[in-house]
Amino acid sequence: MVSGFIIYKAIMVVVVFLIGLGIAAYSTYAERKVAAFIQDRIGPNNAGPYGLLQPIADGVKMFMKEEIIPDVSNKFLFILGPSLAMLTACMTGAVIPWSSPIVINGVSYPLQITDVNIGILYIFGVVSIGVYGIMIGGWASNNKYSLLGALRASAQMISYEIAMGLSIIALVMTTGTLSLGEIAAQQAGWHWNVLYQPLGFLIFITCAFAECNRTPFDLPECETELVGGYHTEYSSMKLGFYLFAEYVNMFISSAIIATLYFGGYNMPLVGRFVTDPNILSILGVVFMFAKVFFFIFFFMWIRWTIPRFRYDQLMHLGWRIFIPLSILNILLTGLGILVFNK
Amino acid sequence: MLTNRSKVVVDKKMTFSERIYLPAIIGGLFITIKHFFKKKATIDYPKVTREMSGVYRGQHVLKVDENGAERCVACGLCAVACPAEAITMTGAERKPGEEKLYREEKYAAVYEINMLRCIYCGLCEDACPKEAIFLTDRLVEVSSNRDDMIFGKDKLKEKYFNEVDITKRLTKEVIEFKKDKFHLHNQMD
Ligand code: SF4
Ligand code: SF4
Repeated sequence: MVSGFIIYKAIMVVVVFLIGLGIAAYSTYAERKVAAFIQDRIGPNNAGPYGLLQPIADGVKMFMKEEIIPDVSNKFLFILGPSLAMLTACMTGAVIPWSSPIVINGVSYPLQITDVNIGILYIFGVVSIGVYGIMIGGWASNNKYSLLGALRASAQMISYEIAMGLSIIALVMTTGTLSLGEIAAQQAGWHWNVLYQPLGFLIFITCAFAECNRTPFDLPECETELVGGYHTEYSSMKLGFYLFAEYVNMFISSAIIATLYFGGYNMPLVGRFVTDPNILSILGVVFMFAKVFFFIFFFMWIRWTIPRFRYDQLMHLGWRIFIPLSILNILLTGLGILVFNK
Repeated sequence: MLTNRSKVVVDKKMTFSERIYLPAIIGGLFITIKHFFKKKATIDYPKVTREMSGVYRGQHVLKVDENGAERCVACGLCAVACPAEAITMTGAERKPGEEKLYREEKYAAVYEINMLRCIYCGLCEDACPKEAIFLTDRLVEVSSNRDDMIFGKDKLKEKYFNEVDITKRLTKEVIEFKKDKFHLHNQMD
């Protein structure tokens, strides 16, 4: 029994890890295709049919490139930076519920690596460690552009984390739990949290953009001002790790947005037609990934629509608008609970 | 005014809906998604080539006559006409026994066009009294090396029995223009 449990967990970990990496790899392809389509081009189409082998070609290229570590950099920290970025990016996947449990021979196997009862806090903790990857990398490069990029990244991530956390508090007030598994399960049918927390959702998704350093908040790596931002000095697969971590983060953010606000693996009306819980669970995976893919697409869609903010506008938006707004959201939620539940 | 979509910029205070950005962002998202489904402008070049104009002026060809002898007599008129000074040549005298190779007593031993200098104006073609040089609708192959872009006779001269079609260049106006040239072989039949 115990060994079966360990094997099942190991399989879950490996599968989630591989799927995460696979999706991140193909996000790079999707990003280029989406960018191309939005700009009336056709994008990569030479590596394999429709250019589908492009991520592999890119990966090989990254590995083959010459690796340069600047003389004046701190070597240990220089290598630690991208490793940390990648590590934290991969860690967050552990608490996301991919679907309702599958029951085989009377044993229920939840499709979630681990349902810690403080899932949201865990994600926040890991994400805030992610800042260190960028900060250390930028600092260790010993280059002014890297340093500026790293400073921007850390300032931005720290300020937007506050608003993000506050928007989550309102969500936690309505759900009454911090466990992602339970939050997802509560949203069966039409009870998607986005309907109860529209303002919270807006704040959360905007902060998610900022946390992932995606346009319109991609100031840490804006080419026009900072060459490449915090990864200016990086080359070869270390650069690849930074870029890759960004895509893994995007995938995880999409999964979290889908879980917290868009019902996770739930889809209204499906329960009426399908009753077998196992089939329902497999369908749940499909719905979950459909939602995740939509949000990944949304991330890209936004990127190719909106120009970058100016840095002071970014800080203004974070501190003077989102934080008061999210506090207001908490108050409104409290009021709502008071009026409707009692 | 170049377009009918230009907007006059005024420095007025933004309204509330403008200040919360959201309507503008949603509008922008609609614009981009419209482009997402639009027909793409890209032509997948090496696999698909764009249709060229009938009188496209591309890589030159040095013609041979109906017996396979070079028409060029190294008169240098094309080089004189060339505004870009792209043509250089060295003349040589035909030896007995070479009648099959060269049409007249003088020929170009070296004939080079610098494809990087050339502006594809077609003046060399107009200047030539011997119908020896024409521009064709072939694209010039690119190279990463400047020396490779100086095309000699090996690249310019057409192969006998594998002649380059230049009928497109012989438009009505051209034939009209050339009819006064009294050399027999210039008269089009
Ligand atoms: S096309 Fe014009 S520029 Fe080119 S070689 Fe002929 S005359 Fe010179
Ligand atoms: S190509 Fe024509 S104009 Fe030029 S040298 Fe030869 S015969 Fe003369």
